[in-house]
Amino acid sequence: MAHDMTVDAAHAHDEHHESPVVFGFWLYLMTDCLIFGTLFAVFAVMRNQFAGGPTGKELFDLSGVGIETAILLVSSITYGFGMISAHQNKLGTMRMWLAVTFLLGLGFLFMEIREFSHMVAEGNGPDRSAFLSSFFTLVGTHGLHVTCGLLWMAVLMVQSTGKTVLSERMMNKLTCLSLFWHFLDIVWICVFTFVYLMSVI
Amino acid sequence: MLGKLSWSDIPFDVPILVGTFAGAAIAGLAVLGLITYYGKWGYLWKEWLTSVDHKRLGVMYIVLALVALFRGFADAIMMRSQLALAYAGNPGYLPPHHYDQIFSAHGTIMIFFMAMAFMTGLMNVIVPLQIGARDVAFPFLNSLSFWMTTVSFVLINVSLFIGEFSQCGWLAYPPLSESQFSPGVGVDYYIWAVQLSGVGTLLTGVNFFTTIVKMRAPGMTYMKMPVFTWTIFCTTVLIMVAFPILTVALGLLGLDRYLGMHFFTNDGGGNQMLYLSVIWAWGHPEVYILILPAFGAFSEITQTFSRKPLFGYNTMVYATCSIMVLSLVVWVHHFFTMGAGPNVNAFFGIMTMIIAIPTGVKIFNWLFTMYKGRVEFHATMYWVIGFMITFTIGGMTGVMLAIPAADFVLHNSLFVIAHFHNVIIGGVYFGYVAAMNFWFPKAFGFKLNEAWGKRAFWFWFIGFYFAFMPLYVLGFMGMTRRMNHYDNPDWYPWLLVAEFGAVLIACGIVCQLTQLYVSIRDRNLAENRDLTGDPWNARTLEWSTSSPPPFYNFAVVPTVHDLDAFAHDKEAGIDTRAAGADYQPIHMPKNTSAGFFVGAFSLVLGFAAIWYIWWLAAIGLIGVIATVIARSSNNDVDYYVPVSEVARIENEHTRNLMAAQAAE
Repeated sequence: MAHDMTVDAAHAHDEHHESPVVFGFWLYLMTDCLIFGTLFAVFAVMRNQFAGGPTGKELFDLSGVGIETAILLVSSITYGFGMISAHQNKLGTMRMWLAVTFLLGLGFLFMEIREFSHMVAEGNGPDRSAFLSSFFTLVGTHGLHVTCGLLWMAVLMVQSTGKTVLSERMMNKLTCLSLFWHFLDIVWICVFTFVYLMSVI
Repeated sequence: MLGKLSWSDIPFDVPILVGTFAGAAIAGLAVLGLITYYGKWGYLWKEWLTSVDHKRLGVMYIVLALVALFRGFADAIMMRSQLALAYAGNPGYLPPHHYDQIFSAHGTIMIFFMAMAFMTGLMNVIVPLQIGARDVAFPFLNSLSFWMTTVSFVLINVSLFIGEFSQCGWLAYPPLSESQFSPGVGVDYYIWAVQLSGVGTLLTGVNFFTTIVKMRAPGMTYMKMPVFTWTIFCTTVLIMVAFPILTVALGLLGLDRYLGMHFFTNDGGGNQMLYLSVIWAWGHPEVYILILPAFGAFSEITQTFSRKPLFGYNTMVYATCSIMVLSLVVWVHHFFTMGAGPNVNAFFGIMTMIIAIPTGVKIFNWLFTMYKGRVEFHATMYWVIGFMITFTIGGMTGVMLAIPAADFVLHNSLFVIAHFHNVIIGGVYFGYVAAMNFWFPKAFGFKLNEAWGKRAFWFWFIGFYFAFMPLYVLGFMGMTRRMNHYDNPDWYPWLLVAEFGAVLIACGIVCQLTQLYVSIRDRNLAENRDLTGDPWNARTLEWSTSSPPPFYNFAVVPTVHDLDAFAHDKEAGIDTRAAGADYQPIHMPKNTSAGFFVGAFSLVLGFAAIWYIWWLAAIGLIGVIATVIARSSNNDVDYYVPVSEVARIENEHTRNLMAAQAAE
């Protein structure tokens, strides 16, 4: 009787479409990329508007930023390992790699917050000059994205606990977060280059 | 505890607002009372508010748009009346503080909540049907988008009665919109309302682009897509490109106001022209986001009521794509007077004029479609022809404004106001109303009354000319926009004429409401019912299913053989519905209240942030995040419609179809 047909049983009849989730998320990332693009453009306009305040050269500590960069790049690799485990359906290993990625992301965030709070404590907060406004906004927007990524990662770790097989939906979520996380890496490389390096040169 | 909010923020001292509040409260209570009386809360909640069906969401978007039209027009006629009175010694009835809020609200509401909501509603109703899909790519996101748009509109209307709205115009230029000059909550209302609705619009863009790319019926290659779908395709691209920029512009303005940053302030190295550049980098594509779908609707309507295929389908597609690209490189023409220098201005002036070429191509395509066609003067066609005349005039004044030297004279004058109302009313609004008349039977299964449709058209058409042609003249006479009061006796008669035009447009709106009322009242008359699903003998796939379509749209996903798939199938004698075919269970999304709750918590977040009630803002934010996580953890999101149910619905439609054919 067709009325009693369950979703699983009916799956056999479905002309199966490839899920549009990853494609849609990719599009969303491109719109996010435009947010960063605009923020970079704003930073380019504001980068010399010091209003008598400190310049980037006086403020930025490249070695600290270098460590941050290294942490974030490594976290992309560890997430990649997590995805490999996911494809092999080794869920325990996958969660382990996600946890490592999570901790690295947390470390990155911790260093960024420390840098910010030092600057604010010395009176060089975002309200000091247009240059600092755009610096805090651009770097802070990236930091906010990392925070969201961490939250998302935590949710996926919880959701995958107790599962033996990853559903298609779960796999899509992991893939989307993977795209998101690597995307944040690319944005950070631009931040490192255009904000930190070019201000110090 | 309540941040900035106190009793003194409730405008008891403004009689117009108290009256409006009383009216809105009575009307609101009446609606709620009627729903309770008829016991429709469960139906409303289960079938509409939590629906993820694109057709229902589309209808709700259009209802929202009509409410916004009402609000926005009330603002408009108040402004025109003020200017018809506030001459020489008479201060009029609206003090500047109130008047400035009205013109800011008018622009914001008409663009973001009337036009955008109307456009999104139309694409929701039509696009999945037109490409032979059963729903959009992300049905839940679609519901979420709708609720984000709706709560933003609620937020803007809350500003009427609690606090104030922005007094900085519809784009809130700094430094006026900075906290130094606008310390109140008005600009914050503006920022939060537009930002929240922007989230909805962006998700709609992603959703429909994905839908069109991934879910077209087999055989529908890109160059076999209906023109309306093409225009929506280009519009979604523009949404994805432009709306992030708007988010940044308003985000930075918000940071200036909330955290004392210096993006656009007078001091600290801020730069106001940066705001203009960023916001117009969104703002210009935005007008094409609005007009392209109208072009698409005109194309579908013209070919249907001319009884021949669209003239120059390929050029129509290329013209749409050219406009899409060009619209991204013209934004500086909104501030030629900034002083960017002759080379920059010349570039943007020339690019702006070039847009007239693909637009001209479209106009000629529509004319040639009608030429030697058997044009049926249906009410819908009236709007199309009215559009062609009006929009051409608006386009020409646009080319005038594109000349930087002329723009220096006309900038900020009423000429600009006349120009963009000319294209937005004559193009966008006429297009959406035509589309609503055209696709209404598809959505509801009965036609709109034609006589009232024609009356509405004539009032709108003539009213438009009376209301806005004087503004061109006043622009040349030197009257600037956003004036509250004036002393020049030469302007007075023209403003009286404009007021008369606004009254005619009011009659037009009354006719439209009457049209809806009469049509709903007479919906069961034989000549109004649409039993076949194809009341106009139209050409595209949405007409091949029943009216209203079953919730799964197509029992059997159609196969497309040619451009204008349904026309081809009718000519070739193919039974597109394959009645009695071997139906398969249909995979459909389940309704969800998650979108509603994300919207509701966003409303709390926005309202609390506007009033600096931080504990409440935290609750709103946590609520949004918790709802999203809960939704993500819910695996019970879809189901299969059993074959027996599909067969029952299809057999009923077949009976209707045969009865209708027998009656002919």
